[in-house]
Amino acid sequence: MNDIALTCKNIEVDFEGFKAVGGVDLELRRGEVHFLIGPNGAGKTTLVDAVTGLVGYTGSVLKDGEELRGKKVHHIARKGIGRTFQTATVFENLTVAQNLDIAAGSGRGPWSLLRRRRALPAAVTDTMERIGLADHADTLAGILAHGQKQWLEIGMLLVGDADVLLLDEPIAGMGHDERETTGRLLHDIAAERAVAVVEHDMDFMRANASRVTVLHGGTILAAGSVDEVSADPKVQEVYLGTSDHKEAADAAAA
Amino acid sequence: MDLIVGQLFTGLSTGSILLLAALGLSLTFGQMGVINMAHGEFIMAGCYTAYVVQQAVGDAGVSLLIALPLGFAVGGAMGLVLETLLIRHLYHRPLDTLLVTFGVGLILQQVARDVFGAPAVNVTVPEFLRGGVDLLGTTVPKTRLFIMALAVVAVAAVTLVLRLTPAGRRIRAVVGNRDLAETAGISSRTVDAGTFFIGSGLAGVAGVALTLIGSTSPTTGQSYLVDAFLVVVAGGLGRIKGAVVAAVALGTLQAVFETYSTASLAKVGVFIVIVVFLQLRPQGLFTLRTRSLA
Amino acid sequence: MSKFLQSRLGAWTGFAAAAIGLFAVAPLIMSGFRLGLFAQFICYAIVAVGIGLAWGRGGMLTLGQGVYFGMGAYLMAMHLKMADAEFRNGPGAVPDFMELAGVRELPAYWVPFASPAFTVAAILVLPTAVAVLLGLAVFKRRVKGAYFAILSQALAGAFAIFLIGQQTLGGFNGLSYFRYFFGFAINDPVNQQMLYFIAAGVLLAVVAVSLQLRRSRYGELLVAVRDSEERVRFLGYDSANIKVVAYAVAALFASVAGALFVPVVGIISPASIGIVPSIMFILGVAIGGRGTLLGPVIGALAVAWAQTTLSEQFPSAWTYAQGLLFVVVIALLPGGISSIPALARRIRVKNRPEPVEATA
Repeated sequence: MNDIALTCKNIEVDFEGFKAVGGVDLELRRGEVHFLIGPNGAGKTTLVDAVTGLVGYTGSVLKDGEELRGKKVHHIARKGIGRTFQTATVFENLTVAQNLDIAAGSGRGPWSLLRRRRALPAAVTDTMERIGLADHADTLAGILAHGQKQWLEIGMLLVGDADVLLLDEPIAGMGHDERETTGRLLHDIAAERAVAVVEHDMDFMRANASRVTVLHGGTILAAGSVDEVSADPKVQEVYLGTSDHKEAADAAAA
Repeated sequence: MDLIVGQLFTGLSTGSILLLAALGLSLTFGQMGVINMAHGEFIMAGCYTAYVVQQAVGDAGVSLLIALPLGFAVGGAMGLVLETLLIRHLYHRPLDTLLVTFGVGLILQQVARDVFGAPAVNVTVPEFLRGGVDLLGTTVPKTRLFIMALAVVAVAAVTLVLRLTPAGRRIRAVVGNRDLAETAGISSRTVDAGTFFIGSGLAGVAGVALTLIGSTSPTTGQSYLVDAFLVVVAGGLGRIKGAVVAAVALGTLQAVFETYSTASLAKVGVFIVIVVFLQLRPQGLFTLRTRSLA
Repeated sequence: MSKFLQSRLGAWTGFAAAAIGLFAVAPLIMSGFRLGLFAQFICYAIVAVGIGLAWGRGGMLTLGQGVYFGMGAYLMAMHLKMADAEFRNGPGAVPDFMELAGVRELPAYWVPFASPAFTVAAILVLPTAVAVLLGLAVFKRRVKGAYFAILSQALAGAFAIFLIGQQTLGGFNGLSYFRYFFGFAINDPVNQQMLYFIAAGVLLAVVAVSLQLRRSRYGELLVAVRDSEERVRFLGYDSANIKVVAYAVAALFASVAGALFVPVVGIISPASIGIVPSIMFILGVAIGGRGTLLGPVIGALAVAWAQTTLSEQFPSAWTYAQGLLFVVVIALLPGGISSIPALARRIRVKNRPEPVEATA
C-alpha cells in the first residue's frame, strides 16, 4: 500500500540559538519500517519531539494532508500519531489490561469514564495477544520485564489506533530473543501503518529497515535503502570516524 | 514624585527582605528540587541567634557584627544536619520531602517555644542604625537601608562563590545536569550537603537581619516562608537572577497594592498576579533548558 | 479477605457495617457532648476523603484545602447569621456582630444569603467553580508537583489574610454564636444529634462517591496521570482536565465539610483555615494511607481525636508528636498504617525458610 502517512517539510528546531534540527524533510509511508539513525545529538529524538508537539518548530508536518504544527500534544496523538520514549513509559501501578484500556479510550465520553469497566474491549484482548502479554492481563505493569514493558508501550499505541508510530529505541536493553520478537512485531504492525524507529543498533537496523534516514548534526546526511545508506561514504565517515567528522559529531553531541 | 519614590523604596525594601529569605531557598530548591519547609525555622533560628548574642554581649553594635556570621553558622549547621539525616534519603520524592520538612519545622517551632517562650522577644537596634536618612525627598529608615545593603552583599557573595570558586562550579554542574556531573567525577552528595549548608546559612543571616525591623517569635520564620517560596517559583528554578528580579517585583507589587487597597487585599492581588504570570511563563522568569522530560 | 473487600458484595457489607456503627452504635455509646465532638471529627474526615482522591490517587498535593473548607464554612455561617438577625429584628436586619461594629446597612453581598436555597447552592457551586478555574489555570500550563503545592499553600495564606481584613465577615474573630440551623435551635440536644446524623450521612455519601470514582475508568486514568502524565497526554488525553475533576471534587467535599462544621462547632475564623490548618488536613490522610479509600477517614478521625484529648493536657508534647508523625510516617511509612499488613506479609515471606523441594 505504501501511501504516505506523514510528511515533514523543512523542520527546524531552535533551542535558544542552538539548532537541534536544521531543515529536515521526511516522509513516512504505510507498510514500511523506517529507521532514523545517527550519532548522539543528531536530532533524532528532537525530531520526534517536534512531530508530536512537545517542542516548537518551524516548517510543516502533514498527516494525511492535515497540518499538525501548532496543535497540542493530545490533539496530535488523537490524529493517530503515537510515540514511545527512550525509557519505556507505562503506568506501573496499573495492570497490563488497565494500561491498554486507558490507551484505547482517549475518545471516551464522561459517562463511560465514570462507570466501572465491565469487560475488556475486544481491541484490548487482541492487542494483548499480539504483543505476547495475553497471560499477563492482570499483572502490574511495574513488575513486567524490561522488554515486556517496551512491548506494552507499543501495544498501547496499537490499541489507541495510532497509524503513525514513532518508536524511540524500542530494543534498548533487550536480549537477543527479545530483539527478534520485536523485529517481527514491527513488521507485523507496519503492515497497515507507518512505523519510524529511532535506533543506535546497526544490526537491528540492517535486519529490519525498509528505509533508512541518517541524521547528523540536525540535518539529513543520507537516505535510502539499507544498502544505499551503508555504501554512502559520508555515512561511513560519520560512523567509522575520520578525524574531522568525529569532532563534528562530538560537538553536536555536547 | 515623593509618592512614587516612597513606593519604589518600600518595594525595594520589602523585596530585599524577601530576597534574603528566598536566596537560600532558590539554591536548595533549584539544585535538588527539594522544598525545605523548615527553611522558615532556620530564619527563626537566625533571629534567636541575634537575640541570644545580644543578651550575652550587651552592646547592640558588637552583637550584630557577631550575630551575622554566627547566624550563618547556626542556620548552615541546622541545614547540614537536616540534609544528612533526612533529605538525602528522600530524593525523587519531592512532595514527601516538603511534608517531612514541615514536620521538622513544627518541632523546631516548639523547641523555640519551650526555650524562649511563646511571646515575642525584641533585639535592640544598634545606635548607628537608628533614625533615618533623607533620600530624594523621603525619609528612609537606616535599618531598611542596611537590609538592602545586606541583600546586595549576599547576592554578590553567592554569585561570586558560584562563578569563581571550584565548589561553585561543582554546584552549577550539578544544577545543570546531575547525572552528567556525577559521571564527571563530582560527588553530588558532597555538593548537595555544601549547597544546603550555604542555603540554610543564608536563612540564618536573613533571620539576624529581620530582628532589626521586627520582633521575634517562634512563628516568625513561617510568616516569611510562603512569600519566599513564591519568589522562587516566579523567578524560576535555581536562578539567582530570577530570584532577585522576582523579589523586587513582588515587593514593589505588594507596596503598590497596599497603597491603593488594604494589606489583606494586597496578598490576594499578588497571588492572582503570580497565577496570571505563570500562564505566560509556567517555568518562571528564567529557566535552565534541559532535554529531560521531567 | 482483600478480594472480598474489593468485590461488590464486600463494598455493600462495608457500607452497611459503617452505617450501623455511625447511626446506631455511636449514638448509644456516646454522650451528647462526645457525639458533637465526633461530628466535628467527621467534618475533618470528609475533607480527608477529598485529599485522598486528589493527592493519594491524583498525585496533587493540595496544601490549601482550608480555602474550600473556609468557603463552605463562611457561606453557611453567613446564612446562619442572617437567619438569626431576621429572627430577632425582621427581614433585612443587620447581624449582631455588625451592629456591634457600627455597621448599619447590610452589605449587598450578604443579602442573597437570607435564602437557604441560595446558600446551599452557593456552598455546592462556588468553591467547586473556583477550584475548576484555578485548576484549569494551573494544570493547563502544566504547573505541577512542588509548584502546585506551593501555589495551593499560598492561596490558603492569602485567603486567610483576606478574611482577617474583612470587617463585614467578622475579621480576625470570624463568625460565631449561631442560634438556628434552617429553623432548628442549635442548642437543642435532639437537633445536635440530628446534625451528627447529617454529618455521618454526608461522610458515607462522600466515601461512596470516592469509591465509585476510584473503581471507574476515570479512577484508573487518574492513577495513570499521577504516575506518568506525559504518557497520558501522548495517548490523546488532555491530562489537565483529568486533574481538574479530582481537584474540584476534593474542593466540593471540603466545602461541604466546612458548611457542616459551622453549625456543629459554632464558630469559623481565619485561624482554622490558613496555611497551618490546611497542611494539618494532610497529616491524617498520610497516617491513614493516602492511596486507600478508608485510610484517610480513619487517619483524620484518629488525628482529630488525639488532638482534642492531648493538645489541652500536653500542648507542647502534642506539637512534638505532630511534627514527629509527619517525619516518621511520610519518610518511613509513605503508605500509612494501611500499608502495614502488606509490609508485614512481605517481611514474613522474606523470613520464611526456602521451601524444600517436594520429594517425589
